[in-house]
Amino acid sequence: MSWVRKTVASTIGAKFIVALTGIVLVGFVIGHMLGNLQIFLGQDALNNYAQMLHNTPALLWSARLVLILSFFAHIGFTIKLTRQNRLARPQTYAYQQSIQAPTSSRTMIFSGLLVLSFVIYHLLHFTLGVTHPEHKSLVDSMGRPDVYSMVVLGFQNIWVSLSYIVAIILLGLHLSHGVSSLWQTLGLNHVKYNTFIKASGPVLALTLVAGNLSMPVAVLLGFLSLPLGVV
Amino acid sequence: MNLTLKVWRQSGPQDKGKIVDYAVKDINSHMSFLEMLDVLNEELIAKGEEPIAFDHDCREGICGSCSMMIDGIPHGPDRGTTACQLHMRRFKDGDVVYVEPWQAKAFPVIKDLVVDRSAFDRIIQSGGFVSINTGNAQDANALPVNKDSAEAAFDAAACIGCGACVAACPNASAMLFVAAKVSHLGKLPQGQPERAKRVQSMVSTMDTEGFGSCTNTFECEAACPKEISVTNIAQMNRDYMQSSLGD
Ligand code: HEM
Ligand code: FES
Repeated sequence: MSWVRKTVASTIGAKFIVALTGIVLVGFVIGHMLGNLQIFLGQDALNNYAQMLHNTPALLWSARLVLILSFFAHIGFTIKLTRQNRLARPQTYAYQQSIQAPTSSRTMIFSGLLVLSFVIYHLLHFTLGVTHPEHKSLVDSMGRPDVYSMVVLGFQNIWVSLSYIVAIILLGLHLSHGVSSLWQTLGLNHVKYNTFIKASGPVLALTLVAGNLSMPVAVLLGFLSLPLGVV
Repeated sequence: MNLTLKVWRQSGPQDKGKIVDYAVKDINSHMSFLEMLDVLNEELIAKGEEPIAFDHDCREGICGSCSMMIDGIPHGPDRGTTACQLHMRRFKDGDVVYVEPWQAKAFPVIKDLVVDRSAFDRIIQSGGFVSINTGNAQDANALPVNKDSAEAAFDAAACIGCGACVAACPNASAMLFVAAKVSHLGKLPQGQPERAKRVQSMVSTMDTEGFGSCTNTFECEAACPKEISVTNIAQMNRDYMQSSLGD
């Protein structure tokens, strides 16, 4: 087992775990968005989908377990690596200059930590119903938890919507570097594929930002509104 | 041409160090950057001041001694060029130019612009060699090496160990240097028997020397005077994980 300890303690091994857990988190973020986009199919489709997820608790909780473990590992290892990296240059340069590195690649810990604080708020809002308990208890005409109305009511508040919009853009920033970067961490770099590898982060980030922004924006512009009977 | 230089002066390893301004006058645009510093140093010596200490040796871009940050970029603004090969025609009259040493915990400043790069030597000592007893030199063509591998090994072997990669990296990481050394031996048949052991011990020495880790900003590749490719880093990540997970 000592090889495990040694590998995890090395910078390359630690970064490898960051990349693997990053893939899990990216997979979740994509699935999460696709599921939520069903809001455009109407109240019935979204509530049905939410009901379906909750009807398979074994699946739901195994997915949640993998996610939670990945999330903690990702954060733990990135904080450890970032601290080591700061220690590696105790005296900074008087003239700070980068040749070509985009800002997103130099601010990963900040975009990451801001996404983390948003995730906590997001869980309190929609999953645990702490911030708006009155939205969480809504039930539709078929007796299902009314996720559709909960989301619309939440996003009708401009401040709630704005916080989502900012967080999604930050996640986009994180992934525009993160996704292009993880190939290299896993050892995948080849002239034949580098155009795709380089584009993968920005393309995925833009897709996620567009897809996720569409929901609060649609509510704010009135394209998505409450079904009759919900106040 | 006249310039204002803002130079990092540090009298020794324990000194805190600070930026000091120097006005340099009547610079000939054909001078190299180091020759411009020589002129300034002669003036300083004539005035009875301490000259600026900087490393240099070959002055033709092959030894890797001339380590300095020029306006925040290792070896200055020209790509694929060492500081000794940078010429003053690259600057304009009236420019203000910052000159600083490599900054990294693993490269402590000895004096002014001179840093101690022996951490690189210790990384090489830990595995950057082939220790098979080969006897007499054999016929050059006895060991077939395919053309692509030979080219890739040569490209990696172009590393002059100057440390620009560490200096440019926001994390003061030595990944490009170590990867170049791991690749140049790993691409050749002679390097195979010790390939797994080599990458393990070189990475482990790199970590204990206090270099940072890679965040794939690729500043190292952009700063490298020999234009070593970050493909070597991906190869090293692969070799390291393979040798950790394999037997
Ligand atoms: C939904 C949440 C998140 C996703 C999808 C995600 C995804 C990723 C991905 C794909 C990478 C690239 C890995 C690599 O370069 O090999 C990465 C790196 C990183 N992440 Fe996250 N991450 C998330 C949350 C966080 C959080 C909460 C933090 C806060 C600590 C964080 C901090 C970092 C850091 C510091 C890096 C390394 C950056 C680098 O190497 O340049 N991430 N993330
Ligand atoms: S002095 Fe030898 S490379 Fe510049």
